[in-house]
Amino acid sequence: MAEVTHEGQIPLTTRQGKHWASAYAWPAIRKFIVTKPLGAIGGIIILLMVITAIFADTIAPYDPYEINQRLQFNSPSLEHWFGTDEFGRDLFTRIVYGARVALFIGLTAAFVGATGGAILGVTSAYLGGKVDLFLQRLIDVMLAFPLLILALAIVTVLGRSIPNVVLAIAIPIIPRTARIVRSNALSIKEHIYVEAARAVGCSHMWVILRHIIPNVMAPYLILLTAQFGNAILVEASLSFLGLGTAEPTPSWGLMLSGSALAYAERAPWVAVFPGIAISLAVFGFNLFGDSLRDALDPKLRHRT
Amino acid sequence: MWQYIVKRILLMIPTLLGAALVVFILMHVVPGDIAMLILGAGEQGGDVNLLDLDRVRHKLGLDRPLYEQFFSWVWGIVRLDFGTSLWTGAPVLEELRIRFPLTFEVAIFATLISTLIAIPLGTLAAIRQDTWVDYGVRVISIGGLAIPNFWTGILLILFLVIYFQWSPPLVFVSLWEDPWENFKQLVWPIVTVGYRNAALSTRLTRSAVLEVMREDYIRTAWAKGLRESIVVAKHTLKNAMLPVITIIGAEFAFLMGGLVVTETVFTLNGLGRFVVDAILHRDIPVVQTMVLLTAFIIVFINLIVDLLYAWLDPRISYR
Repeated sequence: MAEVTHEGQIPLTTRQGKHWASAYAWPAIRKFIVTKPLGAIGGIIILLMVITAIFADTIAPYDPYEINQRLQFNSPSLEHWFGTDEFGRDLFTRIVYGARVALFIGLTAAFVGATGGAILGVTSAYLGGKVDLFLQRLIDVMLAFPLLILALAIVTVLGRSIPNVVLAIAIPIIPRTARIVRSNALSIKEHIYVEAARAVGCSHMWVILRHIIPNVMAPYLILLTAQFGNAILVEASLSFLGLGTAEPTPSWGLMLSGSALAYAERAPWVAVFPGIAISLAVFGFNLFGDSLRDALDPKLRHRT
Repeated sequence: MWQYIVKRILLMIPTLLGAALVVFILMHVVPGDIAMLILGAGEQGGDVNLLDLDRVRHKLGLDRPLYEQFFSWVWGIVRLDFGTSLWTGAPVLEELRIRFPLTFEVAIFATLISTLIAIPLGTLAAIRQDTWVDYGVRVISIGGLAIPNFWTGILLILFLVIYFQWSPPLVFVSLWEDPWENFKQLVWPIVTVGYRNAALSTRLTRSAVLEVMREDYIRTAWAKGLRESIVVAKHTLKNAMLPVITIIGAEFAFLMGGLVVTETVFTLNGLGRFVVDAILHRDIPVVQTMVLLTAFIIVFINLIVDLLYAWLDPRISYR
């Protein structure tokens, strides 16, 4: 194990002088790939999606916003791999740029929602008493709303800008993570070392940061990865309903709304490719999240 | 048992009131106010005729104190007075009477189909864990979860239109009027929703069965030399089914409140579509009421599932 210095920082090299990455990270990753092949496939899909999003400008052959009516509904060809849409925009280009939109909204919303939920859950568990009771009631109430309906209501009130869509996806995630993190934090709170830390005079803040939070990291990470795919799906659904991101943003869900169905018979590619993109992205995140849960969850870890 | 039921029903009241409060607050944090949103100034902050604003405000009772607005709204819902739609002009209750049976039918048949697929498939994956059967089932179920409902719907419609000259129905025929016509109308939405839910329940069945299979009494059953079919059917499934029932109930509840997307694809006039239409028509009072009603439906179905659970599981005591 790495030594902990007085400043409480873990040094980047082990006693044998190996860098931490080669000592811990690579073996852990290698083990994950060998024992969880499905998770590794998910990881590869995510990696490809991230690369696509980052290098969208280089990968995409055309401008995602350029309208050219003469090219309306061109079928897939060597020039336009996935064909063109009703405004003559290159579908492949728009799907490549769509990875950016999906990743940005999905990752931010899942992060905001899961982190908000984790903070709420830890607070609720640690403070206990009336605060806990109140927060639990509130979470119960929030859970009574279907995720999509709640997100729709929030977008209606706030408007359709990208930050608002992120918020609308994040808020319904909060109660779902808060409840699980709270139950984890509750059991940690009962451990002797927490009591000992309090007894030697550590402040509440110290106990939370030093003892509770590191111990709820695993469930938090599991919930976070599980929500990535979910958030991408909710964004696509909102956009599909015409209540998420607005035109001309290249959002996969938006590409499938309205005209895609109306002209599906004439231009089926418009209805097919964005759906493949959504499904593949969510599939990758779910596959990865699933295997991560198996790898991190101590309750399931040692089963044969 | 009766005492338990009454207690559970009474416990619903604070949750429902809380839900009403959350929806009410949500609809009143609009920058400006609801009247502005209805008049279309929500997003652009464009010019609004002040006389129009006053008129709409008065009509919605927005000139009254907030607590008064809240209680008159809740009291209206308690008396089943859901107000009238600003856009159709019809009473919301009337709309619900038409739309409820449709959503209910799709939800119930989709749940049925998904259960029939999920329980055998999930069990099979669990008892053959880490074999190709398990991997296959897991890939199919994770795949099912990854494919959005609206895309499955679009592909189905595309397929039906091209190969069977099918067209989406214009008028809904109820099950009692003409069962065959009704079946033809609803079978595709039911398959779309059922497939996705089957994916969800399969995963849960798999993990529930896996959990039970680690118990000591299962090892005992094996040690006694019982056949696999008996260990699985009598010892494992019976115990694994309880959490699965809860999840199936919860899924059904969410379908009742959240069939928004599927109803949109198949142009079905159900409850979910009503919410979206109300939003698109800026009919905020209806949105407010409908969001609350979906929460009510969910809380109510969850109550029934809980009672069923308590009734099925002898280990739960009614306190």
